[in-house]
Order: sequence, then structure tokens, then C-alpha cells
Amino acid sequence: MYAQLVKSEGLKSREDMSPEERDFQDRVDNGEKIEPKDWMPEGYRKTLIRQIGQHAHSEIVGQLPEGNWITRAPTLERKAILLAKVQDEAGHGLYLYSAAETLGVSRDELLEKLHSGKMKYSSIFNYPTLNWADIGAVGWLVDGAAIMNQVPLQRTSFGPYSRAMIRICKEESFHQRQGYAIMMKMAAGTPEQKDMAQDALNRFWFPSLMMFGPSDKDSVHSAQSMAWKIKMNTNDELRQKFVNETVPQADYLGLKVPDDKLAWNEDKQGYDFSEPDWSEFFEVIKGNGPCNRERLNARVKAWDDGAWFREGLNAYADKAADRRKAAAVAAE
Amino acid sequence: MSKKEWPLWEVFIRGQHGLNHRHVGSLHAPDAEMAINHARDVYTRRREGVSIWVVPSKDITASSPSEKGPLFDPAESKTYRHPTFFDIPDEVGKM
Ligand SMILES: [Fe+2]
Ligand SMILES: [Fe+2]
Ligand SMILES: [Fe+2]
Repeated sequence: MYAQLVKSEGLKSREDMSPEERDFQDRVDNGEKIEPKDWMPEGYRKTLIRQIGQHAHSEIVGQLPEGNWITRAPTLERKAILLAKVQDEAGHGLYLYSAAETLGVSRDELLEKLHSGKMKYSSIFNYPTLNWADIGAVGWLVDGAAIMNQVPLQRTSFGPYSRAMIRICKEESFHQRQGYAIMMKMAAGTPEQKDMAQDALNRFWFPSLMMFGPSDKDSVHSAQSMAWKIKMNTNDELRQKFVNETVPQADYLGLKVPDDKLAWNEDKQGYDFSEPDWSEFFEVIKGNGPCNRERLNARVKAWDDGAWFREGLNAYADKAADRRKAAAVAAE
Repeated sequence: MSKKEWPLWEVFIRGQHGLNHRHVGSLHAPDAEMAINHARDVYTRRREGVSIWVVPSKDITASSPSEKGPLFDPAESKTYRHPTFFDIPDEVGKM
């Protein structure tokens, strides 16, 4: 998902737990929220920092493929809408970095790890947005897939993460709908526009399915994260749900999901579908996707180019504080 | 160049309907004025508020989880603090 392949501990059995760990697990099982100052297992803290950090990075790197089209949106209204959407994503990044910070890591540290390649962001943002239809496909499919993952995470055990998710989910539905509205317009447009919409779907379908990560139904890491309620569903469950909801939406557009094996399965009340090419996924994660280098360079450049500004505001704040101090002394 | 991180602020927003300011989240900013500007951009994009407070996070004193028992348990046995504790006959009318 926005956090793919998050490393965690193996699942600990109840007998192996310390008394504190057992109390902690009981609280989680009872649906209590864990707050930053509460005792928590070190593995819980570390896994959460990795997961929330990766999620935050995805939000801000995710601004890049869409930001690419703000200046080229077809109308002023579309431009304003896209700008608002991309601005929301900056906010999502901020909510999530703040949640991670409550676990004792600073935002600058997390950004440093993103910029040095030590931390990852979602594989999906390493694909290019080649034309306006891609902006429709991203909102519809990428934000749609993100919603699948984020809605259950509103119930996650860690209070600050849960609250960030609630805030984010309130805003995501606008993202998906504006994307789908673009697709509706394109699909109902000229034959060339409809072809562009189909082409965008063709290119974004499998990368969107990859967002959920490879199957983890047998993974001990996922089992531990699920016991801690920092992961609410298996990757396969969420992927299936996404396919089930998205195929009828493609049908409505008169577009074809690019999968010959796609078929309704009456028994499971869901679609059968082809797995994405997981070797491609691992290549993208390793840094060899179409846009990995470009995305990371853009991030690092934005950070470096903004340094003088962050410094300047610090200097101004320090001076203003000195001036206030001097004024207070003079008044005495 | 120094690597000083902007300090953290807690943000409180009062919504449209005259209720109390409510904690909505936190953000980084170099000073109070910028914190308010950022809070406006981050937390009120959909008309969520009519007033903003920002407080440096370091100035907040919080109760500790280990005090939970001593602080909050005493209230548990004091059900007479709630109006429903008292049975008032129907004949008396609305009270
Ligand atoms: Fe987002
Ligand atoms: Fe997103
Ligand atoms: Fe979004």
C-alpha cells in the first residue's frame, strides 16, 4: 500500500511475552487506543515509525506526478481542483509526519532517510503521468486504492495514527471523485480522448494492484502487525476488494480493464484476476522504476532549494524574540 | 549552514458554531505568526474554523499515563454527581 513491505518482528506468542507485553496486547485486543506516552513494545514503536514514515513519504512524493500537470490542466477550474488536491496531499504528509514524531523521531530525520534512500515510498509514484487522462486515472485508481487501505486504518491501535487517518479519509473521497470525473469526461469525449482514457487505464491498472504489496497471507511480519492492529487486513483482501469495486466503475466508463483473465466468480462473490508482474514491482522498489531517480532528485532539490528560506525564517524569529526581550528589559 | 529544525506547535481551532477551541493536530513553524499561517493552510481548508490558537508543544504539560488511576478513578464511585442518580416522581413535572 502506501506503506509496502514494512519490516516488522515475527509474531510473538503469548507465552513468550513479558507481563508488560501481555498487558499491552490485552489493551490492543480490547480496542483501547495506545497513546504516545504509554508503554509499548520496542518493536511496535519501530514498526510504526517505519510504516507511518513510509506513508508520509508517499503522500509528499505523490504530489510530484500530479504537480506535473497543474500548469497544463485543460481549464482554469480543473487547475484549481488539481491544485487543491495536491495541496491536500501535502497536508496528509504533515499529519502523518506529526503522528510519527510522537514516537520520538523528528521530521527532519525522516526526511533525511527518504532523501538518502534509506526509507521508501509507494512504488506507484515511480510511474510517469504522460497526459491529462493519467491525472484522471491517478485520482480514480491510486487514490481509490489508497482509500481501501486507509479506511480500515482509522481503527488502528495507535491513537495519533488513527486520528491522522480519520482526517485523511475525510479528504480522500474528493480526490477519487475528481479523478473519476476526469475519466468520465474523457471517456465520453472524442474517440481520441476515449483512447487516451483507455491507455491511462492500461498503464495504471497493474501498478495500482501492486500498491497493496505482494501476498502476505503467510507472512509472520504481517501476522505481528495485525496482532498489534497497525495492519487491519491482508494485502490480498484489500486487493480483491479494490478489484471488486473498480471493475464496475470501468464498465460504466465503457473502458476495458487490461486483464484477459478477469471474470466474475459467483462462488467467491468477487472477480478472478491476474496478479501483477511482481518482478517489476521488486525492480521499482529497488530503485529501477521509470521515474525513481527523477522523483528522488526532485524531492532533494526542493529540500535543498528551500534551505535558505527555512533558515531565513528562523533568523527572523530569533531576531524578533531578541527584540521582544530588549523591549521588556527597557520597560522595566 | 545550521540545521535547526522549526519548533513544533499544537493547533487548536474553534469551529463555526461557537464551541470551544479543539485540538486538531500539530505543525512545525519558526514562530507563532507563521504557525498561525500554516495552521490556516493545513487545518482550515474546508471552512473548519473561525479562530485559531497555537501553543509551542514544549510548553504543554501533560498528565502521565501512570497517574491515570489516582487522577481519574476517584470519579468512578461518585455517581451522585449525575442528575440521573436522583429519582424524582413524575408528578413533580420536568426538572
Ligand atoms: Fe493522501
Ligand atoms: Fe494520496
Ligand atoms: Fe489523495
